[in-house]
Amino acid sequence: MDRIPILKLGRALLVTIQVDMHDRLATALEEDLSAKIVSSGARGVVIDISGLDLVDSFMGRMLDNIAAVSRMLDAETVVVGMRPAVAITLVELGLELSGVKTALNVERGMALIQTRLIQTGLEDADVGEDGP
Amino acid sequence: MAGDVLPIKTSDDVVRVRQQTRVRALEAGLSLVDQTKIITAASELARNTLDYGGGGEVRIELLQNLSRRGVRLTFVDRGPGIPDINQALTDGWTSGGGLGLGLSGAKRLSNEFSIHSVVGEGTTVMIARWK
Repeated sequence: MDRIPILKLGRALLVTIQVDMHDRLATALEEDLSAKIVSSGARGVVIDISGLDLVDSFMGRMLDNIAAVSRMLDAETVVVGMRPAVAITLVELGLELSGVKTALNVERGMALIQTRLIQTGLEDADVGEDGP
Repeated sequence: MAGDVLPIKTSDDVVRVRQQTRVRALEAGLSLVDQTKIITAASELARNTLDYGGGGEVRIELLQNLSRRGVRLTFVDRGPGIPDINQALTDGWTSGGGLGLGLSGAKRLSNEFSIHSVVGEGTTVMIARWK
């Protein structure tokens, strides 16, 4: 079965969703990601959806779920790279992803996670670098 | 008038419905935002057909009259039907585990919307988006 790769970047995990998601792939991602948060001790998850030309309520719920599970595992989720047409459609659909932080691109998403680490006093170095 | 009938029996079929809707939306010359809206609406309704209708099929048509072009999708299932359509069209109302945005959201994302449902016989939902 296909899997979506999860990359570790310092204290964060980066997931790039490029394929048209079907249900099993979404469920597998949720499971893989939560396991990886625990095994890597990651403090943040950046999900790049710039490759997606739509987000429907199923995918929106998946993103919400991932953010909620990550939060319980002490990691912040940031969804980045949403296309303008997708954002317009999501709002009209009635799905505003209120449980999920968003940022314009991967760089800003990583910066958001770094800010959180600094604010909580857990990190004073760059998020992209491994800690001691 | 070009039309295709696709089965909706598995979640992979939902992906195929999205892909074929995209092909027709492009042919109809819809703008990027309108393409995204009709494809998203198609995805919501295809999932409803699968999850609540027990599967079914969709007819995807390219519409063309003298003045304009568009895409029409007609979803048909032979599931349990919807006892109270007004309730089913309410945001947040769901009989299953979803968010309850499928039907109401698809209606908002379309220019035309109609639904016909008979309890014990099934449901037909039609949406259209014009250029």
